Amino acid sequence: MNYKGVKYGIILIATILLLIIANLLFGSVHIPASAVWNIITNNATEKASWSFIIMESRVPQAITALLCGAALAGSGLMLQTAFNNPLAGPSILGITSGANLGVALVMLAGGGTLAAGIFNLSNFFSVILGAFVGSMLVMGLILFFSTLIKSNIMLLITGIMIGYITSSAISLLNFFATAEGVHSYIIWGMGNFGGVSLQQLPYFTIFCVAGLLMAILLIKPLNALLLGTRYAENLGINIRRTRNLLLVATGLLTAVTTAFCGPIAFIGLAVPHMARLMLGTSNHNSLLPITLLTGGVIALLCNLICILPGESGIIPLNAVTPILGAPVIIYVIINQRKIQYFN
Amino acid sequence: MEKRNVISATDLSIGYHTNRGEKQVHQHLSFELHSGELTCLLGANGTGKSTLLRTLSASQPALSGKLLIEGKALEEYSERDRSRIIGIVLTDKTQAGGLTVYELVALGRQPHTGFFGRLHREDHRIIRQTLDAVGIAHKANNYMTELSDGERQKTMIAKALVQECPLILLDEPTAFLDVVSRIEIMSLLHRLAIEQNKAILLSTHDIEQALVLADKLWLLSKEKGLLHGVTEDLILQQRMDDLFSRKDIKFDYAHGVYYPEVDCQHSIMVEASDDVLLHWTINALNRHGFACLLKSQTEEVMDLFTSQSGLIKANPTDIKSPTTLPQLKAVSAENLILIKDGLQEVCTSFEELLNVIEKYFQPLG
Repeated sequence: MNYKGVKYGIILIATILLLIIANLLFGSVHIPASAVWNIITNNATEKASWSFIIMESRVPQAITALLCGAALAGSGLMLQTAFNNPLAGPSILGITSGANLGVALVMLAGGGTLAAGIFNLSNFFSVILGAFVGSMLVMGLILFFSTLIKSNIMLLITGIMIGYITSSAISLLNFFATAEGVHSYIIWGMGNFGGVSLQQLPYFTIFCVAGLLMAILLIKPLNALLLGTRYAENLGINIRRTRNLLLVATGLLTAVTTAFCGPIAFIGLAVPHMARLMLGTSNHNSLLPITLLTGGVIALLCNLICILPGESGIIPLNAVTPILGAPVIIYVIINQRKIQYFN
Repeated sequence: MEKRNVISATDLSIGYHTNRGEKQVHQHLSFELHSGELTCLLGANGTGKSTLLRTLSASQPALSGKLLIEGKALEEYSERDRSRIIGIVLTDKTQAGGLTVYELVALGRQPHTGFFGRLHREDHRIIRQTLDAVGIAHKANNYMTELSDGERQKTMIAKALVQECPLILLDEPTAFLDVVSRIEIMSLLHRLAIEQNKAILLSTHDIEQALVLADKLWLLSKEKGLLHGVTEDLILQQRMDDLFSRKDIKFDYAHGVYYPEVDCQHSIMVEASDDVLLHWTINALNRHGFACLLKSQTEEVMDLFTSQSGLIKANPTDIKSPTTLPQLKAVSAENLILIKDGLQEVCTSFEELLNVIEKYFQPLG
């Protein structure tokens, strides 16, 4: 990592800590800062309800947001480099639609009695499995089409079309499901970092960390892929193995985040661009870590905005992320010529 | 430095597989590539230059035959070993605009670095040395987008060099470059081949520079396959005519350039005070549809069809005998005397001369 990377890394980590604190302080129930501090430091002098809220709700929510942000941002970066497409992201390639379909099948086709908040270990794994299998199937389909379609734009459009097909399947499932099932699915679809309980948090963390570790392992091949497949092959990179590892990593990260937090838009697409704009480089040695940290910052910020109304309610997550993400993309598109990593 | 056989091919057949089976682009090719030499691969578009380079760089498999790199069959190399033997430079577009020159050249060390690609002191030394050797060290911290095309190519060459491969293959490295950059790159490659004892093979359409700087030529054509040898041997064996199968394009053996057939409607007798003036006078007259006869030729057998410059396509109808031909005496570049039907015009520049010619000679039919 170069000097600029270290500098931004420190700033981002500090920002993350500040945002975590903010996320613990604010919420629908007003809890004074001193009480929060006591609860965190395990001083059992506060109200049990407050303790419960902090430890069982706000802390998991903050950690989930942090991990989700990093996971989605990392996936987005890997896909953008591997497919040489700055508009690639987990959602655009239809991978999140695949995960959506998998989750919908598990949630709705099983009689529609599986509500988003009620999980035991086997249900948890079945949702994860559903999301993973769904995203892998769609990813496989996209890969198959990528051998037939040379143009990246055409491939993106194919991904969008596949997204429409999965949407229609999901509509059918919704149509035949019970009211509670549909309601659960829709609430799930709005995106929510609060969907991971303290008991599930370790598993969620393990999956995310596994995917992120795979991403770190891919730094060297990703840099080689900046030159294109022919040059990368000449540098000794096994393209097929790299592609597979990349798919497993992005598939896993997307599946886990989608299964628990719902389909979250824009973080995967916009955060890599934010990182590139800050660092001014395409070198993944610094770009990947900074992307992960920026993803965490953005997710925590979005979460904060969502819980800020406090007693008035919670803003759905997917209403906030586009407000942060879309302007970044528009800025990048308008300034395409001036931005060095586009040329 | 001892030269060695870096590539050795026997009875090689190259091509690719389609739905309907094999498409053979070339068969029974046998050749060698030596270190310490710059070899240029010449040939018309579509003759299989890129196919040959892709086969040599293991991007696509040969259809049959033996292909040895440094004495070992190409298929037997592992990916990692191959990346240390063969370096390539292509015209592919990359998405590496956001990398600095140093970072991009550093990518060339990947075959030698560990899992995370961390660079050690030795790697940095090699990178810095190579940047100096290629002449791009002053731009080391610039982003690739800020470079000119020539500088970008130099960076890609530097990247191939830090891979420390004995063999470097380049696919049209000077396409899109201006003549200064072209000469710079070709000279650089020639120098590197000798100084670092590398085997460098490049395909190019820049025949002019190839004939000057290549130690060996590989002439690739559909009809004759691969002809190879030292540049001057191939030229003087009249092989350059075989390179392109078009009958209306000929090779000027004196000047080392290809020129098109001239559609001649008139004939004119030319004499000039020196060779340079003669060459360019004939050049201007050919362009305006004149078949040129040298004074010396008319004193012997008048053979219109083998004049030194300018083939005659159609039988000019105004030939009666040498003495009735119009004449052009080029005394100097500012003193051009045109003699036609007893009339004499003195022109002080080619512009004037060509205006006069337009006036006096009507295009036929």
